[in-house]
Amino acid sequence: MYRLTGVTKRYSRGKETVEALRGIDLTIEDGDQLVIQGPTGGGKSTLLQMIGGLDRPTEGSVELDGVDLARISEAKLTRLRAEKIGIIFQSFNLIPTLTAQENVETALVPLGVKPAERRERAAEALRSVGLGERLGHAPAELSGGQQQRVAIARALVKKPKVLLADEPTGNLDEGTRDDIMGLLEGLWHEYGLTFIMVTHDSSIARRAPRLATIKAGQITLTEQRQQQQQSYAQY
Amino acid sequence: MFGIYLKRELGRRKKAALVIALGLALGIALVITVNSVSAGMTQAQDKVLKSLYGLGTDMTVTKARSAPTDNSSGRPNFEFDAKSNDSDETQSSDRVMTQGGQALKAALVAKVAKQDGVANAVGAITLNVTKVDGSFTQGKAQSTTGNSQSQGQGGPGGGSGGNSTAAPQVQGGGASFDVNSYSVAGVDVTDQTLGPLAGMEITSGKTFTAAQTNAKVAVLSKSYAKENKYKVGKTLKISGTKYTIIGIATASSSESTTDVYLPLKQAQTLGDSKNKVTTIYVKATDSKQIDTVKSTIQKNISGTTVTTSADLADTVSGSLSTASNLATSVGKWLSIAVLAAAFLVAALLTSSAVSRRVREFGTLKALGWPSRRVTRQVVGESMVNGLLGGALGIGLGLAAAYAVTAISPKLTAQLGNTGGGGGMGGGPGGGGPGQQSTQNTMEIALSAPVSLTTIALAVGLAVTGGLIAGAMGGWRASRMRPADALRSVS
Repeated sequence: MYRLTGVTKRYSRGKETVEALRGIDLTIEDGDQLVIQGPTGGGKSTLLQMIGGLDRPTEGSVELDGVDLARISEAKLTRLRAEKIGIIFQSFNLIPTLTAQENVETALVPLGVKPAERRERAAEALRSVGLGERLGHAPAELSGGQQQRVAIARALVKKPKVLLADEPTGNLDEGTRDDIMGLLEGLWHEYGLTFIMVTHDSSIARRAPRLATIKAGQITLTEQRQQQQQSYAQY
Repeated sequence: MFGIYLKRELGRRKKAALVIALGLALGIALVITVNSVSAGMTQAQDKVLKSLYGLGTDMTVTKARSAPTDNSSGRPNFEFDAKSNDSDETQSSDRVMTQGGQALKAALVAKVAKQDGVANAVGAITLNVTKVDGSFTQGKAQSTTGNSQSQGQGGPGGGSGGNSTAAPQVQGGGASFDVNSYSVAGVDVTDQTLGPLAGMEITSGKTFTAAQTNAKVAVLSKSYAKENKYKVGKTLKISGTKYTIIGIATASSSESTTDVYLPLKQAQTLGDSKNKVTTIYVKATDSKQIDTVKSTIQKNISGTTVTTSADLADTVSGSLSTASNLATSVGKWLSIAVLAAAFLVAALLTSSAVSRRVREFGTLKALGWPSRRVTRQVVGESMVNGLLGGALGIGLGLAAAYAVTAISPKLTAQLGNTGGGGGMGGGPGGGGPGQQSTQNTMEIALSAPVSLTTIALAVGLAVTGGLIAGAMGGWRASRMRPADALRSVS
């Protein structure tokens, strides 16, 4: 379970100080799905970084299962990211020189998984996202949707507790977007993940059971469980 | 994963990797070349020094230079009788002088041998023989009268005409001489481990026996024997004395400057220097104590000059010296400059490559890669670049060294100074630089030997270059935060 208390993040740009987050309080239960929406520069990516342990707040605490990510050592935070948090990026962020399978394997390297097991688990993860035939392909040989599937396989191969997605469909066309969202929703159900996604796509935001809207660093929560009627798979 | 990732990354950035490797290769090749040429120079200098010293000699003792007296011009005199015009008799005259013109008492050899730190001392005498062969005939004085024209080239006279009687004129006469100069060393036949013959190898015949202290026998250098067509068993005549040639010697590890070797007593007699030597060859008990032994001898035996190989090396001049100075000064600094530039370029290119991979490294960190693993990856890539550069550099350096050895450029070495009262004082084997009126000039073929130490140095430099570049890139990579992976997108 996530518990964010008074999370504030300030950036210095020359003499100017920008407050990206202003005293955010937020609780996310295990297995919840939360969509974070808001205008550009509103602070949604910054919030995702705090939740993912990619950055530390200037003030406040970010607790994951009772561990404050703002206070633990860099080494412990790195280990926690390696074990518990899977991340999907808008631009896929695949290593261009590695094959699809090797890209997925990179998530298992810090866990000390042996090469043979690593290869097997990476292949299985790629099969689960429908890329069983593309194991040896380089990112440049795959379409945008396929690249994002590789990124999803990379995020899930280590069986994380939390899946974070930063605009996962931002670079995809509408049809591919629905494919990816259907895949993510299915995996969320299948693995019982805590799924937190940043998006500026209103059609995705509308279907989220819980919506957090960030404007000027402040958050507004909306429970939409009643409104979620159709899964992406039915589109 | 480390190996695969490294291989793929280097494959992707072939051009940058090649630029880094070539830069390092150039620097390393230069270091190898300069080092090997310097080693060749040192070997050449050693050859020059050994040729004068002989093997095993640590220092030489010669008489300190003294101011010339009024009646000792030091120039050779030759006396020839003019023959009649009809005579075609060839005259020959040998002029024998001790080299440098100054000698020590032979008793000093034993005194030097007794000094602290001296293991062995052997005396030798070096002579310069100038041989003049030729004929000298008289001209004839002739008187002419009447209208006859003046003839010949004997005098300027010659009348302008009429019946006047002209002054006598000298006709005919003249001289034709061949001057040949060579060096003779008197060797202590009872101890040939030290001295002029120590560095020589008998290639034909045999060397002196201990019993031949005053025998009329000679050993010739191979080059002199070949030039004058001498062979073992033939005789050599010096200043009227005939010597039987018993051996032909060639320098085993150096060049020879002596043409003829005689037993010491014979050479002393020849040079009219009974019980005198020009040089005492000294071997120290400990090669590290040479300076101390030098001081001891100079302090205890006055009127002598002690010259060590280090002193003698300072007197080497000519193209060998110039090239050696170039190799050690310009070559060294050029190598350092090129290496520093190569290291800098490698570091900057690596750092720049890391900057372009912010998203990549940020992503890996976001996935849970510790900084040290990311750094290791960057350093690994740089090390491969460095080793590639090292391999290329060693190849280039070996090729350059091989080319120098194959071409074997000839360098001349001149030992000693040509006058002046000061200088280094007496040098060994030939009177010494301070006493000679002419320099010893030798021609040496330059080689460029590459030692294992040089190769080890090259590998070390390659690793250092890789580490410097890797450290720079790794440092930048380690400072990247995982949030950069997201930020670079937005």
